[in-house]
Amino acid sequence: MYYEEPGARESLGLRTPKHEDLFHSHPEYKVERDDAKCIRCLCCVRQCPYETTFYDPMRNVVYDVHSNCVNCKRCEVMCPTQAIEIKKWGCGFRENHHWKFRDYGAAYKQSDTGAVVLTGLGNDNPYMSYFDRMVLDASQVTNPSIDPLREPMELRTYIGRKMENLEDFGKESFQEYPNILAEVPIAFAPMSFGAISLNFQKGMAAAAQELGTFFNTGEGGLHEDLLPYKDNAIVQVASGRFGVSKRYLMNSAACEIKIGQGAKPGIGGHLPGEKVTAEISKTRMIPEGSDAISPAPQHDIYSIEDLRLLIYAIKEATEYTRPVSVKIAAVHNVAAIASGIVRAGADIIVVDGFRGGTGAAPKIIRDHVGIPLEVALAAVDERLRREKIRHMASIIATGGIRSSADVVKAIALGADVVYIGTAAMLSAGCTLCQQCHRGKCAWGITTNRPDLLARLPVEMAKERAINLVKGWSREVKEMLGLMGLNSIESLRGNRLKLRGVGLTKLELETLGIRQAGV
Amino acid sequence: MSISKENSLFPDPRVRSPYNERDSAACGLIGFINKDRQRVSGEVIRKAITNQHDRGNGLGGGFAGYGIYPQFKDLYALHLMYDKDNAISEVEDILRKNLSVVHQEIIPHKATKAIHSHPFFKRYFVDVPLAAHGDRHTPDDYMVKIVLGINEKIDGAFVISSGKNMGAFKGVGFPEEIADFFGLEQYEGYIWTAHNRFPTNTPGWWGGAHPFSILDWSIVHNGEISSYGINFRFIDTHGYPCTMMTDTEVVTYIMDFLVRKHKLSFVDACSVMAPPFWKDIDAMPEEKRHKFRLLRATYGSASLNGPFAFLFGFNGGLIALNDRVKLRPLVVGRKGKTVYIASEEASIREICPGLDSIHAPHAGQPTIEYLDEEKK
Repeated sequence: MYYEEPGARESLGLRTPKHEDLFHSHPEYKVERDDAKCIRCLCCVRQCPYETTFYDPMRNVVYDVHSNCVNCKRCEVMCPTQAIEIKKWGCGFRENHHWKFRDYGAAYKQSDTGAVVLTGLGNDNPYMSYFDRMVLDASQVTNPSIDPLREPMELRTYIGRKMENLEDFGKESFQEYPNILAEVPIAFAPMSFGAISLNFQKGMAAAAQELGTFFNTGEGGLHEDLLPYKDNAIVQVASGRFGVSKRYLMNSAACEIKIGQGAKPGIGGHLPGEKVTAEISKTRMIPEGSDAISPAPQHDIYSIEDLRLLIYAIKEATEYTRPVSVKIAAVHNVAAIASGIVRAGADIIVVDGFRGGTGAAPKIIRDHVGIPLEVALAAVDERLRREKIRHMASIIATGGIRSSADVVKAIALGADVVYIGTAAMLSAGCTLCQQCHRGKCAWGITTNRPDLLARLPVEMAKERAINLVKGWSREVKEMLGLMGLNSIESLRGNRLKLRGVGLTKLELETLGIRQAGV
Repeated sequence: MSISKENSLFPDPRVRSPYNERDSAACGLIGFINKDRQRVSGEVIRKAITNQHDRGNGLGGGFAGYGIYPQFKDLYALHLMYDKDNAISEVEDILRKNLSVVHQEIIPHKATKAIHSHPFFKRYFVDVPLAAHGDRHTPDDYMVKIVLGINEKIDGAFVISSGKNMGAFKGVGFPEEIADFFGLEQYEGYIWTAHNRFPTNTPGWWGGAHPFSILDWSIVHNGEISSYGINFRFIDTHGYPCTMMTDTEVVTYIMDFLVRKHKLSFVDACSVMAPPFWKDIDAMPEEKRHKFRLLRATYGSASLNGPFAFLFGFNGGLIALNDRVKLRPLVVGRKGKTVYIASEEASIREICPGLDSIHAPHAGQPTIEYLDEEKK
């Protein structure tokens, strides 16, 4: 069989690195192939979208350009004979605890190009995780734990502004605020069509419908294939205003104004023109092939009173039938900002911590801007309660929720619901390779290239997302039960169920929790 | 000593447990109501709770009686407990400045063989002068403010009860010892509740015994509120600082808040505290479903989770409520115009051998018994 691989010919023989390659072509990973096991099926060659693996038919050799490997694991997983193992390359530079690969690697790249280094996913730096320093309580003797397999255990949550009191109930003047109902306190985080594949978005939408929860369109508009799931859609209005129309706002359960994103607080977004396909162009209402640029601020919101105008513009457009959410990145002054947002009329406030994911962001910003979700959430909940306005808005916590334990801890700190983004991608097969911004996702999650898209069938995405949320929900129920609780509202803001391990007094006070053992 | 309001999770040593822990307790309780306002001696309730001796551990007993001060029935009866001498003048100063004290006296109490060291008790019958509460507050609101103020700010003083024509008697010991200490047989009331305490972590502090009372609400409670962490944050933001870190205090305040401040009926307040399950709400007819959905969504932070059974006394009647999966015992017996509610059937039969009926209320279903209208 003769196999013609574009680019393979010139790669034959000795590789002569170009001048600019000299620096950053130092590989991070090595594709190690057991030649005895390799049957030359060329599966790995076909699977790799990162131009790492090639076949030379003349010599009947599969070889690799290791410096292109991103460790996405696709070839490793797909190889029918398990002949491939991805390894760390060599010994690296001389040991240095100050200069890490992330620093010198970026410096090389920038010396080549003079550009900003982009990346995907969330902050991967070794900042301390407060989630990992909090432990949960359990019932012993004085109150019985509850077995969720035998007793009712309730996760239902209403999202939106609540009544202050019910004195007028039954009277004609009684006016309720729109609320949306989540059967589980877990919803899918905003991820736009364009940043993610249509298949993945459809999978989440269908999963949300079956689970009785919500998915979020991100700022990419609502593709017409998603209309059957509109009652489970939270539609986003971001600074680019892509796809926003009255019809868009009405095709929703709730509307969300995106002010900021935990992965890149204070900056906008950029979907490169080459990724703007016909479908994306239709959904975003922009010409095919043109760059989709979301400005850093919303240019009609330069102040809190401007935000109020937009909130009420959306409420007017939707005739006060939809709760309006405002999403902000967790930053230093988050509690005061949240208070202002609630007073400006938001029914939901989304706090996105600095571990939150992104489809593309400057690496330096992703890694250094913003604060941890846990402290931001604790501060926001406490401030809203002190100001007696907690009932005016639900809090959605997002940005780095990794497990059902994180869900429980976030709710105990004060969240009503959590959004999961990266975890939802994991359910679709994401291997955290951080190449989302390149549009070549080997798993069909963050790409719209037809050949790669086909790797993630909608049904599979749906089923696996459902499984993940169901599994987490079961675990949340177990944790509620062992704490002696049988409904989620008794956990919400119940910080006595948390204890800190290895935190300073100031950190404990900031989180509003007590030290383990007291 | 001052209260740190900076962060209510870290109260100062004012928290009565030296371990700075939340109090939770398993207990025995009984109460009865003579709906025809027939007043009976405290001796009866003493006999009933004595039957539940083994449900306590001698670290707390208490009683609440309604209709016990007919001679001052329109005045607030403040039962004060002092464990520091200088607190007396401080409290009396506050009372003199803010209220008109019609009558004051020592609450008769005598050391017994079982109880030798104890605080000092006084009662004050007071009226709220119109000029004091003005238009902005009702007299009740004004009293709540003063009572919470004394409890929060005056070290060594604690208001045990503050309602009209009612009073609470409580302390460290078995309930029968507390009854003897206060000479409960001298009082006659038409509603009585009693409590025998088995605290798991609070050492003997007299104020920590049940009943807890504010205005004419009094509560005796068996259980542990697992949702305490959110309940106290909720009620704290509505102006009820929890000074004692006990489950029961929170329940009292929530009831006061829901019924008096937010004008919910007792039935609705009970379904806030022990809400029906969503599956049951979903099965209700439309209008009812709407109301229960709103109640749960609005007052979710006030719902009580975990095992509990409590008796709630007030000037108009007696309420009993169980948690929504019935993790604590509660039985209701009836005989003529009298309704008995207790942790154990035996203690009802102890004082009323020939009951007309007896049943165990369903989980989360309140038993609400009102006094007959007063004859003019």
